Amino acid sequence: MSLVEDLTALKATAIERINTVGVDIESLRVSLLGRKGELTNLLKGMKNVPAQERKTVGEIGNDVRQTITNLLAEKKAAEEVAKLNQQLASETIDVTLPGSSHAVGQPHVLQQIIDEIEQHFLGLGFKIIDDTVDSPEVETDEYNFERENLPKDHPARDMQDTFYITPEILMRTQTSPVQSRSLEKHDFSKGPLKMIAPGKVYRRDTDDATHSHQFHQVEGMVVGENITMADLKGTLLSIMQALFGEKHQIRMRPSYFPFTEPSVEVDVSWNEVTPDMKPEDIEWIEVLGAGMTHPNVLRMDGIDPEKYSAFAFGLGPDRFAMLKYGVDDIRQFYLNDIRFLSQFNRKGN
Amino acid sequence: MKTSLTWLNEYLNNTINLEPAAVADLAEQVERTSVEINESTTIAKGQDGLIVAQVMQVQPHPDSDHMVIAQVNVGTSDLVQVVTGAPNIAEGQLVILATVGAHIIKHDTGELVTLEKVTLRGQDSYGMLVALQEIGFDNKIAPKNFEDGIHIFSEQDHVKPGDDALVVLGMNEPVLDTDLTPNRADMLSMIGTAYEFGAMLKQKVTVPDFDLVEYESLASEQVTVTLDDDSLAPKYALRVINNVTVTDSPLWLQKRLWNAGMRPINNIVDITNYMMLMYGQPIHAFDLDKLTHHELHIRRAKKDEQLVTLDEQTRQLRSGEDIVIATVDEPLMLAGVMGGKSSEVDRQTKHIVLESAVFNPSLVRATARRHNLHSEASSRFERGVNWDNTLTALDHAAQLSDELAGGQVARGQVVASNIQRSTKTIALSTQRVNQILGTALTLSDITAILDQLSFDYQTHDDYAEVILPARRPDMGITADLIEEIARLYGYDNLPVTLPYGPTTPGQLTQQQRQIRASRRIMESLGLNQAISYVLTTPEKAQQFAENTTAKLLTLDYPMSSDRTTARQNLLAGLLEDVAYNVNHFVRDIALYEQGRVFIANEKNELPTEMEHIAGILTGNYANSTWQALKTDRPVDFYDIKGIVSDYLNQIGVNHVTYVATDRHVNMHPGQTADIYAGEVYLGFVGQIHPLITKAQKLSSVFGFELNLFAVMSNSELDVHYHKVSRFPQMSRDAALLVDADIKHATIESLIAQVSGDKLVNIKLFDVYKGDKLPSGKKSLAYTLTYQDNDGTLLEAEVNADFEKVTTALINELHVEIR
Repeated sequence: MSLVEDLTALKATAIERINTVGVDIESLRVSLLGRKGELTNLLKGMKNVPAQERKTVGEIGNDVRQTITNLLAEKKAAEEVAKLNQQLASETIDVTLPGSSHAVGQPHVLQQIIDEIEQHFLGLGFKIIDDTVDSPEVETDEYNFERENLPKDHPARDMQDTFYITPEILMRTQTSPVQSRSLEKHDFSKGPLKMIAPGKVYRRDTDDATHSHQFHQVEGMVVGENITMADLKGTLLSIMQALFGEKHQIRMRPSYFPFTEPSVEVDVSWNEVTPDMKPEDIEWIEVLGAGMTHPNVLRMDGIDPEKYSAFAFGLGPDRFAMLKYGVDDIRQFYLNDIRFLSQFNRKGN
Repeated sequence: MKTSLTWLNEYLNNTINLEPAAVADLAEQVERTSVEINESTTIAKGQDGLIVAQVMQVQPHPDSDHMVIAQVNVGTSDLVQVVTGAPNIAEGQLVILATVGAHIIKHDTGELVTLEKVTLRGQDSYGMLVALQEIGFDNKIAPKNFEDGIHIFSEQDHVKPGDDALVVLGMNEPVLDTDLTPNRADMLSMIGTAYEFGAMLKQKVTVPDFDLVEYESLASEQVTVTLDDDSLAPKYALRVINNVTVTDSPLWLQKRLWNAGMRPINNIVDITNYMMLMYGQPIHAFDLDKLTHHELHIRRAKKDEQLVTLDEQTRQLRSGEDIVIATVDEPLMLAGVMGGKSSEVDRQTKHIVLESAVFNPSLVRATARRHNLHSEASSRFERGVNWDNTLTALDHAAQLSDELAGGQVARGQVVASNIQRSTKTIALSTQRVNQILGTALTLSDITAILDQLSFDYQTHDDYAEVILPARRPDMGITADLIEEIARLYGYDNLPVTLPYGPTTPGQLTQQQRQIRASRRIMESLGLNQAISYVLTTPEKAQQFAENTTAKLLTLDYPMSSDRTTARQNLLAGLLEDVAYNVNHFVRDIALYEQGRVFIANEKNELPTEMEHIAGILTGNYANSTWQALKTDRPVDFYDIKGIVSDYLNQIGVNHVTYVATDRHVNMHPGQTADIYAGEVYLGFVGQIHPLITKAQKLSSVFGFELNLFAVMSNSELDVHYHKVSRFPQMSRDAALLVDADIKHATIESLIAQVSGDKLVNIKLFDVYKGDKLPSGKKSLAYTLTYQDNDGTLLEAEVNADFEKVTTALINELHVEIR
């Protein structure tokens, strides 16, 4: 047999052997292409090939080497893929098992409501007064009542049962005293006073599903030249729509507070209000009290009620949270039951 | 106040539409314009089929001792047979029959049921004879005459068989129960309410009229009165009516009373109540013959006086405070609050003294509160009665005593005081109204509303000078009038605007930003925010307090023994929260609270309030339903300490040191550290004392409490950027065998001190204590990392620096390098 025939035969058998299932590619490579391998052996016969044929035979030899090398490489790659697939298959897990959870703490639901209110009023250019100096939780009778136009024998004091510490010191029953403390310090040359005062307040009440001796209020006040009741209406509409949704409406009803005149109760619609809705189909829920600040209150704070006018309102985060989420017992807010707190975990809503 | 629209219509020329749908609209209008409505109702509440029947025949029931068989005439030719157990039935009586098919409110459930023919022990009964309490009358308003039987009409009621009992009894009169705010004294009367409704409905009010006939004899010869001090009663007048016949009131008056929620008692008492409802002016009647002396004296109570009031309670009077009407030897009544038993009008009374007065509102209010005796009279005097009506109501009451009780009115009023109230006027300008309301009303818009209100005024160029009427004691200043304009103009009609003017920035202060950031950091570290009660027990108020000798802030008159004292620490509240959760099967708890603590100062001085932040951990650190071995492990001191140190790091407190302490009595003496920023005490962290947690059946609980003021004043707000080195790091490990009592902090600070400026990190990666080590020793292993910002470090440099560290450790702490 000629060398060419030998090479061709080697190529054929090599292909066959490479494609044999289960063959050990590395030892096959050595036996075919190694220094003592079959191809090397055959090519030793090149020295016997006539000079003019050497080039052709050499090319055939190279072709055989190349073919075998490529095939071996392909086979090896295929084997590696198979091996990898096998390994990956063995690593398959049940992806439906629960993930390991990472604790993320939640702001208290009342804090969330207060945060929403704060965000809204910051956007409207209001200051937040909640520090221990201007918004103390323990107040004087003077700031809590007398400055709010509630002298000592005023009948409306019956509306607020008070935890007194001494005859002159008490747990504040409302966040309204923050108004007076802020007004005293305000410099009107820098524009109107626009402030809200969130914080805890206390009433001498027996705790039950709808009463709590401790709850929260957010007092709001704007004092300036030409502040009107229409401005109050617009301000309250904007915060109620921020809290309850844009399609909710408010209505104002006459009421009485010693510190405002006119005074109103404000209701928010429980349902969304559309233009074609009949008035009797709107269900109203009472949510807050408000009014134009009483001239006596302004005067006591050193503000000329002829020059300046003001409105004030008091928001109740506890009540808002109860309405918004259907919480039927106010005591839930102060038990700090993890099962309760952790439900209010939605962010960015 | 329960306001019958039928009655109100008398003063409003019958312009109120009494159809149910119209009444509902009116109630809505009242709520938007005037006051809240508690309830819009009728006594009938949907009942029907009630007719007047005359008992023609009563026969015993053959098979019952307590029932009888009655034949009643219902105005038709056939008699109706009714079986009844009423003990007070007799032939000839006019009674109320609930007919077969009638709808009656079932007493126990409050639902309407249809009456059917029944057979009672073999006898057919076509309906039921009823008491008022069985057809929707509250026990408080049903007359007491027929308490134990069916209702029986009197002859003077002028009813006849077949009449609709609902009409006869006024049970279908629509009643609006107004929920009055404390300023609306005027609406505690039907006339005042008529003015209010008239303003809404644009109707003029017709006030009631009467003709008083007086006899020759002078009242002042029968009774005299002296007043100590005009401020007790600026108006006080009496009338004497002789020879009255005390009996039941006519049905028309009884209807007025029970529709107003009052029980008819007898004609004289009913007249006084009727006047109070009509004018808002309480009137009192004394039995003249029961007065031991006929010289009355209005004065403050004396020492040790007592009085039995009409409700049969013995009241110890407050000397110098309660106002009493007294004879020379006994107090007769608590003025303006309640009459006395000793001079009560009863069915034997012949001669009466009627009193009408204005009593000092503050004193009446104080008396009502002191004796817990809030009466119809006191609620009116407290809010203020119409001074212009005091004497009119007295005369009207006298006239009715003549008309309804056949009395003879003695000539003249006996007056102790009659101070005139000065009329006050207020200038109301269109400019001011529009400035406050944001409206564009004209003067004629404003005067149109004043006309609706029946306020008198004079107009000028651009303002109206309004005369404040005596019936509105709540009117005093311009703002009061602006409110009247606003509510009648309609709050719904006000424009909707936002305040305009100079822009004000809405921004948080530095302190507010830090407190809000503190909360966010705690939440990102896995703690839920808690809000606990500020008021607690004295023990808990100080349980984990910074200074256990600080003065407590204590309530003067607490509601319960659990809530007497303002807290001085937050951790005690969080510990209560933990106990609550564990009791409710929640075992893994991570909470924080940010809030105030209170340190009392001198009496009548405000306390010092400080912001604190505290956290608590118990149970397992993480929790997995199925990988328990991998993740579940009980929390320990280092978990809570890690939270504190991560927090302090992020809020910008540097140079924090943790100093082991056993000074907190309620903390574990071996697992608690005081926390300092430099020299400043910030708070503490550690395990709650096991004695406390065991007593509450809790597993180990870990907590911290920090003074936020101290944290904030020691935090570095600016971020200092350091260029990130692009040169390689080198590290060296050192395992140290040291005495067990040498603290990590000591080693760390020594390393930092001697290591040179290339050391960028010291990391403790292993702590070992155990059998394999000599006793009294522990092993600590550190990795020291070196890096240079300006070039690649050389082995030799690092080796030299590391050598300095090991030498120092060996020399100063007798460490053995392993």
